[in-house]
Amino acid sequence: MVKYIIRRLLWVIVLLFLVSLMTFVVFYLLPSADPAVLRAGRQPSPALVAQIRHNLGLDKPWYTQYYRYMKSLVLHFNFGYSYQSNESVRTEIFSRLPATISLTVGAAVIWLVLGIGVGTISAVRRRSKFDRAAMGTALVAISAPVYWLGLLSLFLFASDIGKFPLFPGAGSYVPLTQNPEKWFTSLIMPWFVLAASFAAIYARLLRANLIETMSEDYIRTARAKGLPERRVILHHGIRAAITPIVTAAGLDVGVLLGGAILTETVFNIPGIGRLAYDSILAGDLPMIQGTVLIGAFFIVMANLVVDILYAFIDPRVRYS
Amino acid sequence: MTGDAPLLDVQDLRVQFDTDDGIVHAVDGISYSVAPATTLGIVGESGSGKTVTSLTTMGLTRSRSTRVTGRILFQGTDLLTLTGEELRRVRGNEIAMIFQDPLSSLHPFYKVGRQISEAVRAHRDVSKAAARDRAVDLLELVGIPDPHRRVDQYPHEFSGGMRQRAMIAMALANEPKLLIADEPTTALDVTVQAQILALIADLQRRLGMAVIIITHDLGVVAEIADEIAVMYAGRIVEHATTASLFASPEHPYTWGLLKSIPRLDTPRSEELVPIQGRPPSMINRPSGCFFHPRCPYVSEEHTRIDPRLEPTPGDPDHSVACLLAPPVRSEIWHGLIAGSSPELLRGLAVPAPTPVIAAPGPPERGRGA
Repeated sequence: MVKYIIRRLLWVIVLLFLVSLMTFVVFYLLPSADPAVLRAGRQPSPALVAQIRHNLGLDKPWYTQYYRYMKSLVLHFNFGYSYQSNESVRTEIFSRLPATISLTVGAAVIWLVLGIGVGTISAVRRRSKFDRAAMGTALVAISAPVYWLGLLSLFLFASDIGKFPLFPGAGSYVPLTQNPEKWFTSLIMPWFVLAASFAAIYARLLRANLIETMSEDYIRTARAKGLPERRVILHHGIRAAITPIVTAAGLDVGVLLGGAILTETVFNIPGIGRLAYDSILAGDLPMIQGTVLIGAFFIVMANLVVDILYAFIDPRVRYS
Repeated sequence: MTGDAPLLDVQDLRVQFDTDDGIVHAVDGISYSVAPATTLGIVGESGSGKTVTSLTTMGLTRSRSTRVTGRILFQGTDLLTLTGEELRRVRGNEIAMIFQDPLSSLHPFYKVGRQISEAVRAHRDVSKAAARDRAVDLLELVGIPDPHRRVDQYPHEFSGGMRQRAMIAMALANEPKLLIADEPTTALDVTVQAQILALIADLQRRLGMAVIIITHDLGVVAEIADEIAVMYAGRIVEHATTASLFASPEHPYTWGLLKSIPRLDTPRSEELVPIQGRPPSMINRPSGCFFHPRCPYVSEEHTRIDPRLEPTPGDPDHSVACLLAPPVRSEIWHGLIAGSSPELLRGLAVPAPTPVIAAPGPPERGRGA
């Protein structure tokens, strides 16, 4: 097991290296903007632009730039400095990480509770009114894009522009360490908006899995033993049907930790996703590179965690 | 039959499932009883209703689309009238069941010992430690070596035979009065099959429980059953003591089953005689005798008259549902033992042999037309 994890971690490094290389090449071939021009201000002289280009090292061939970048990253864990603000990319990313983590973890709790709860009841009471209503709602939740659902909920419930001003609106995010109560209320809407489609997907996934599991031979055995139906469902049914949910949850959380771009943008939450969005608009390569790398890191780590969790969930799985 | 009051007394049991295609008559009016500490073999092809019968006894076929009528008296109580919770207390406690495929019947994520102690704790208020000790004892009882180690292993770490032993241990957890074994050896190697059957017989003797063994293989029940009921299309077509069923089987379907078993004492040149055709649809069942489309001895009236299960003239404990006259049946069976083919013996069944008229084939076409 330990050997397996070490081997996987080595692969993580290789993978991140490749991701950084690809980001670099893509940016070099298809830049979203010329960073030097953006930096130079209005109607800059060509000399100024050339000066900025030289200062940022943009006049060197791309492989030289990449080598420099990687050298400082590997040796000093330095992600470079923003073309825009000269801020350290590392500092910027770490200062925004708590917002993204708050958003993702809270939403994950909501969608897991809702998805597993609704999915289980729907599977057990298949074709009941509850099941039909829940699966209908799920279809709507899956079909509704986050930016639409986000704006809709702002128009309905935001304290500034909403019809029913219940919750703080966009841009109200406060760090947990600053004011826990405001942190919580400001995130209620983003949590639910982000969780909606995931909850729907998980409910459908678990429902389908549990229905299949409940027809397995070992469920018949559990009933034949005389276990109460509640125990049959919870201990024998869900225990087996939950494995794909764990996989999905691990990967989804991994992806979102790299930035829930749409939700963060709609609700103006200063997280990684918002940072990535802004830096792409600004052609800010070091910042783009940093957000891409942190996103890729979370995804590959989530994969690894899921694979390790599998060995605990399913005793038949052994890594060597 | 013994004179004791039966432990299980099934009376005119019918089980129907509503499906999109129509009503499935899975079990159609069967009656049998099992005395304490005896063994009943229920034999039939897949889809003959033998598994549904036992699952219904356990209350495991209950659903909105299932209709069950008749009575299943267990120690005098009609199980069909019990509530779900009352039936749950019987299940795994007084009546236990083991299934065909022990790998899929054990939960893959739980240790074997835990699954056994769970069965104990479902019916007895004992501590986890006590239930675990019981699981070790049970594993030892069913002949699993090194039970202290095995109790903490997962089903996938057991061999096929060991898994079925573990299933049996689980079924015996609460010392049931009745064990229903549904095809307990079908998924196992032949050598392991014999061990499992010997184990069931041995445990039955030691624990004094009654056993219903369900199988498609008459060879399985030959050794351990006291009585055998042969099921076809949801009905019992023949019911007799094991000795009498093997010595003088009365139903053409039973003959078919017997003649399709390979035997060591028949010449190698002799071919096995399979039963022609397939089991009938349980939604649109044949007219008359349900077996008539596959019966080599069918005559016209068999397609109209539905035979009843009636005692044979010589033996009140031997019942059969067949329209052939008893002497004719006896003659055909003796012919079959002597090695005649069903086609040759067909004449015995039809009183005035009708000349075989070749069915007119399609008009011949000129070659190359």
